[in-house]
Amino acid sequence: MGYRYGGTVSSRDVDDEFLALPLRQLADAALAAARAGGASYADLRVHAVTTEILQLRDGELESAVLDRDIGLAVRVIVNGTWGFASHAGLTTDIAAEAARHAVGVAVTLSALNGERIELADEPVYRDATWVSDYRIDPFTVSTADKIGLLEEYSGRLLAADGVDHVSAMVNTAKEQVFYADSFGSSITQQRVRTMPALEAVAVDAAAGTFESMRTLAPPTGRGWEAVAGDDVWGWTAELAELPGLLAEKTKSPSVVAGPTDLVIDPTNLWLTIHESIGHATEYDRAIGYEAAYAGTSFATPDKLNRMRYGSPAMNVTADRTVENGLATIGYDTEGVAAQRWDLVRDGIFVGYQLDRVFARKLGLARSNGCSYADSAHHVPIQRMPNVSLQPGREDLSTADLISRVDTGLFIVGDKSWSIDMQRYNFQFTGQRFYRIRDGRLDGQVRDVAYQATTTDFWNSMEAVGGPSTWRLGGAFNCGKAQPGQVAAVSHGCPSALFRGVNVLNTVEESGR
Amino acid sequence: MIPAQDVVDLVLQSAAKHGRADETIVIVTDRAEASLRWAGNSMTTNGVSSSRSTAVISIVRREDTAHIGALRSSLVDLAAIDGLVAASQQAAQTAPEARDAAPLLTGSGAPADWGDPVPGTGAGAFAELARSLSAGFGRADRLYGFAHHIVETTFLATSTGVRRRFTQPTGSVEINAKRGDASAWSGVSTPWFAEVPVNAMLGDLSARLDWARRSVELPAGRYETLMPPSTVADMMIYLGWSMDGRGAQEGRTALSAPGGGTRVGEKLTDLPLTMYSDPFAPGLECSPFVHAATGSERMSVFDNGMDIGRVDWIRDGAISALAYPRAAAAEFGTDVAVPADNLLMTGGTADLAGMVAATERGLLLTTLWYIRTVDPTTFLLTGLTRDGVYLIEDGEITAAVNNFRFNESPLDLLRRATEASRPEATLPREWSDWATRAVMPTLRIPDFHMSSVSQAQ
Repeated sequence: MGYRYGGTVSSRDVDDEFLALPLRQLADAALAAARAGGASYADLRVHAVTTEILQLRDGELESAVLDRDIGLAVRVIVNGTWGFASHAGLTTDIAAEAARHAVGVAVTLSALNGERIELADEPVYRDATWVSDYRIDPFTVSTADKIGLLEEYSGRLLAADGVDHVSAMVNTAKEQVFYADSFGSSITQQRVRTMPALEAVAVDAAAGTFESMRTLAPPTGRGWEAVAGDDVWGWTAELAELPGLLAEKTKSPSVVAGPTDLVIDPTNLWLTIHESIGHATEYDRAIGYEAAYAGTSFATPDKLNRMRYGSPAMNVTADRTVENGLATIGYDTEGVAAQRWDLVRDGIFVGYQLDRVFARKLGLARSNGCSYADSAHHVPIQRMPNVSLQPGREDLSTADLISRVDTGLFIVGDKSWSIDMQRYNFQFTGQRFYRIRDGRLDGQVRDVAYQATTTDFWNSMEAVGGPSTWRLGGAFNCGKAQPGQVAAVSHGCPSALFRGVNVLNTVEESGR
Repeated sequence: MIPAQDVVDLVLQSAAKHGRADETIVIVTDRAEASLRWAGNSMTTNGVSSSRSTAVISIVRREDTAHIGALRSSLVDLAAIDGLVAASQQAAQTAPEARDAAPLLTGSGAPADWGDPVPGTGAGAFAELARSLSAGFGRADRLYGFAHHIVETTFLATSTGVRRRFTQPTGSVEINAKRGDASAWSGVSTPWFAEVPVNAMLGDLSARLDWARRSVELPAGRYETLMPPSTVADMMIYLGWSMDGRGAQEGRTALSAPGGGTRVGEKLTDLPLTMYSDPFAPGLECSPFVHAATGSERMSVFDNGMDIGRVDWIRDGAISALAYPRAAAAEFGTDVAVPADNLLMTGGTADLAGMVAATERGLLLTTLWYIRTVDPTTFLLTGLTRDGVYLIEDGEITAAVNNFRFNESPLDLLRRATEASRPEATLPREWSDWATRAVMPTLRIPDFHMSSVSQAQ
């Protein structure tokens, strides 16, 4: 049978191996022990993450490891203070003991807590199940077959003129979570994600320099079908084109620095969205919870519904329901059902990412479901949903946007990224940069980075492409919090046109 | 949970029983962890955890090739061990040839402490810290921060007789203080949470916030800059992670030399700076042997159990070594060099106060943030200054300055550095999730490239 929630349909069930664990008994033991210890709230999470990372260098296996991480976590509120404990063991005794440890942490630290924890309400979901949509479970494909495919893909690149080295990598993950809380919710979920990448390197040994180019295939909330064959991604075409594109890049002229009109492809723009909108609209950052580490945000609560974030063409949604999104889920780590909402509407900042504590703190009746922990051994925190720039109503193509530029650059593929701790100043590079002259592409240039202040950049966005240009990009490794946690997240966007963005020549930046 | 040592024995027994691999490596790591986090003078997310990782690496040898199957699991259920071993052996049977194959090391028995109990940690590690913080919470400045303690004990065994054990304590305390728009940071590495100088850290933070009573806006440009130890550590750790020999030999890193070969031997600076890793460095002790469940260009699973010694990556200002596991060292005809989990830079003789006093006009940084590679051919990095950039005028700190985005290469920083202080223990702010063991100097850079102004405070 299939399960439906938030528009996502899966024909799959949660794996029997996970369901065979004593999930209910663990929950009963943990929640009872928490109540007995004085907890006003408690939840138990059994969290399993299976990952396989394969890496090849020049078609030869460099590393292959299959990881299975599983444990239980208990989170409690005692005297208005959080307490948390986790353990690798999955027995009822350990679950009860973890609950007592969590209560102990909360009791010990309540004297240092200046702010009483309160949760926003959420309907109770009993015996709910959600499974993501994927065709081929990557863990049903043998490691040898996966390596064989990467060898074959590497071989195609290595056979081409001008390619001296090739690295190939695929990272697959399956995440299974059972959640139960003292309100009565009990939810079981399973999702799969896949991240493939190949990079070709051309070496100029005489000059002691080199150039590289990576495939553009995005990480995705799909299974092995994203790697094998051309149904999901056009591997045949991309692997055939990449050597020629790399050869062109090695011979291309160095860019002229200065204010430049940019047309940015979704394969690059997703990362700019992630850094300058996704993280900036996290409520926990905006009120200082990440001040000592990930940083804060210029988008503070006093600017909500007032600040112009970008041009009127800028409409940004957050959602945990988009098909094959890496942050797509049925329910978050606090039992809140997945939703979709606006962060920026017609260029105005209108929304935040919230969990149940922050929703209450912001005066809202309900969380929008952004709580997540990356393993049993980490505390749930507010994490990013899929944050996406919406396409324009008119279905402008990328060529239409390029045709509006007299002199500029067309940027394809992400590479380097960096942004400051309040999400103002950013700098990005890319995989390929095409010169635009008189509304047409005119060959590649190299040594390019673009640098801007977030609101200046988004206010310089003159036009967005239409639905036909919209693509989903994303990352497996978004980092946040202490202890550090990683999360996978997708960002959809159309191509977009920006005027007068500061372009750097990276050779000049190095002082050479 | 049964003791980790018993898991080691059970894995090796299971491997022999299944008999589908020629050799087996098992690495069991018990991890205890406790954390405190606070924001705006109040605790936020805190917790304790206990976990175990069991890695089983099976090796199948066929004539002169070797094939590896590596699985790692956090399962503590004894019934899972047999399945883990069987799956590892099955993976090895079908794996392609390993490019870094080498004979496993041999050994003859367990060390004397093999059977000792595994040490742990818990919220109790923070008792003294919490008392001091409590006093800080009562003052006017807003405090944010994190205290983290991890105790990991690793047991390594091979079917060829190697038995090694090491306990790695890792601890850190970071405090960020804010007063108005001013922000300051202080951090320490503290492996066992003994005598954490919280009061001294709070005093230092208050002094830095006092420096910010006057603020000056400066444009982008090149400035004479004093990089304190945390900032030097963040740049040099990134350099250290990039010093693999294979990539340099193959012409695809900034350490590849024009005409082929590597830049080993190239003089970077006339300052007598030596950058090295050493598992026995006092106060920065770390594992003295290789334990790796996965291979990379810097580490090979075939080297598990091999001694890690001191390696001078830069000696007296010249690049002197790159990282080579045994197989890569044999392939390229050079010495084995494996990095320990710490980094030190020695050779400087100045002191920070003297360096400030000798500065007519310049900047003093506090920490760096969001450091990423911009151009791998020159190892050009970008990043931001964070939580305190101070203006030095006529030998005194006179104001706080806005933050900047920089574009700089650690190789070029060493090429242009004109002065270095005596080294001191420091916490690398950017990389503290992975690297807390560092001893670094303050460096004077005459023309540090601030590429643009950041409005972040």
